[in-house]
Amino acid sequence: MIAFVIRRLLQAVLVMMAVGFVGFSLFAYVGDPVAIMLGQDFTEESRRQLVHELGLDQPFFVQYVHFLLNAAQGNFGISYRLARPVSELLLERMPATLELSLCAAAIALAVGVPMGVYTGLKRDTWLSRLLLTVSLVGVSLPTFLIGILLILVFSVVLGWLPSFGRGTTVAVGWWTTGFLTESGVRALILPSITLALFQMTLIMRLVRSEMLEVLRTDYIKFARARGLSDRAINFGHALKNTLVPVITITGLQLGGIIAFAIVTETVFQWPGMGFLFIQSVSAADIPVMAAYLVLIAFFFVLINLVVDLLYYAVDPRLRVDRTAAGGHGH
Amino acid sequence: MDANGTKLLEVRNLRVEFPSRRGTLVAVDDVSFDIAPGEVLGVVGESGAGKSMTGAAIIGLLEPPGRIAGGEILLDGQRIDNLPYEKMRRVRGRQIGAIFQDPLTALNPLYTIGRQLVETIVTHLDMGERAARDRAIQLLQDVGIPAAERRIDHYPHQFSGGMRQRVVIALALSANPRLIVADEPTTALDVSIQAQIITLIKRLCREHGTAVMLVTHDMGVIAETADRVAVMYAGRIAEIGPVRDVVRRARHPYTEGLMGSIPKIGETVGRLTQIDGAMPRLDAIPRGCAFNPRCARAFGRCRIDRPDPMDVDGARVACWLYGEGR
Repeated sequence: MIAFVIRRLLQAVLVMMAVGFVGFSLFAYVGDPVAIMLGQDFTEESRRQLVHELGLDQPFFVQYVHFLLNAAQGNFGISYRLARPVSELLLERMPATLELSLCAAAIALAVGVPMGVYTGLKRDTWLSRLLLTVSLVGVSLPTFLIGILLILVFSVVLGWLPSFGRGTTVAVGWWTTGFLTESGVRALILPSITLALFQMTLIMRLVRSEMLEVLRTDYIKFARARGLSDRAINFGHALKNTLVPVITITGLQLGGIIAFAIVTETVFQWPGMGFLFIQSVSAADIPVMAAYLVLIAFFFVLINLVVDLLYYAVDPRLRVDRTAAGGHGH
Repeated sequence: MDANGTKLLEVRNLRVEFPSRRGTLVAVDDVSFDIAPGEVLGVVGESGAGKSMTGAAIIGLLEPPGRIAGGEILLDGQRIDNLPYEKMRRVRGRQIGAIFQDPLTALNPLYTIGRQLVETIVTHLDMGERAARDRAIQLLQDVGIPAAERRIDHYPHQFSGGMRQRVVIALALSANPRLIVADEPTTALDVSIQAQIITLIKRLCREHGTAVMLVTHDMGVIAETADRVAVMYAGRIAEIGPVRDVVRRARHPYTEGLMGSIPKIGETVGRLTQIDGAMPRLDAIPRGCAFNPRCARAFGRCRIDRPDPMDVDGARVACWLYGEGR
């Protein structure tokens, strides 16, 4: 178990170094930050001075190591566009993105899993068919369109919910939260639903197909032959056996939610990291882009690690317990 | 039937149908038999003869779209084939236990065997978790799991196939049912383990007074275990009677063929006999006796009328050789 965690951590470090390399390569190959920062009027002297300050006159490899060492300490340099430390900018916006993403993931799970169970158990009811048909829409409609439609209906026509921004936030230490004010919660509703819809339909379809699979297994038939109640069979035996794939997909999707919050954040002018990233792209603000890339990769790696550990919690067959496995061959 | 004629299970003219796109398939056709309390009834036949379907119909777990289309099943004189789902659920496990073919897949891999035993016991018997756990340990000891107090907290994958089948038997017996439907309980096991498991089922059922419907295609298992045997062919019973009679003096030509295909110790036989041809598919059962195309002794009537089982000294045989007007 510990060996497994250590192995996974080493792998994680390798992945992060590779992503760091890609992020760093942005500096060398995407746009010319010096030209952007200097603007129209500059002298050769001021240009050279800036190049030196930014460390751009050093060899590629030295720059890369510098970048990695700094990145490992959370230092991603200064934003070209806003002239503030990148880490500060990202930290400021991280709460907005994480709150939005977690809310979306919670909605996706809380609605997707029960719908999946229902459509798996009652395959032939009209409600199941309706849910399945509607879920196709959820899978195929692009996020920005859903966002715009929701804004149109709930903000413009009905006027129930705000169409942009985070509302009033409360600072808890460095973290700013929208959960504690009414306007913050109201502002969260539309973007989280927008972000959740795709994942929700995905989870629903996944749980459904897994349920159908599991309900065909011998141990479910045997559980019925033992006279267990439907509740115990469906939720105790069947649902738990669908969890491993559901955890995998949900975990991967959570990373995806955080990363692809970009679109939703742009549609709702949500002051999160994704919105910052889009602004940075249009300004060729490479330090922010690189840092965002590394940070998202970090989230993915972290989530994958947690997912792997959850497998252990759910499936006893993966717990390689040598002493107990000695029971084989009796 | 036992001497005083009490019956635990009565199956009367059971018919199981599978509606399919190309018409209705009749998997079990007009099958009748009884099982007395504590009796072991062996049911043999080739794959697709309807023996597992009959078992599934008795425990009320036919796979849809399969359904009981006719006849009745009585347990202690009460009809159970038409019980509402919730009532039948209480019969399953409590009155009728089941043992499945493949012990590797019959247990939920995510729960300890103890949890699975306790939930079954608590479902059917008026017991708390603690008492149920004690009973579970007792059951595991009864089925021959060594160090049951420790092993009860292990997961199914930590047991070998034979041990898992013992756990399945413990689960089937956990609420002391009156009847056990054992569907090919040894087929998936090593030959060396098969005899142990059969002996175990036989011993436990004798101790608990549990009747057994033992479904298998292994005539050897039947000969060793059963009190009576029913031979099934193409969804019908070909012959049913005391196991000695059926094994030693088979009367139905099909049973004769089955017996001829078993090697016997102490008899020098050049070749084992085999029955030519194959059992007909359910959608192509021939007119008359279903066995007539493969039967060496078939005559005119066999190709026209379908024989029902008729009494032939103590056994019942569905064959015109024993019919009137022969």
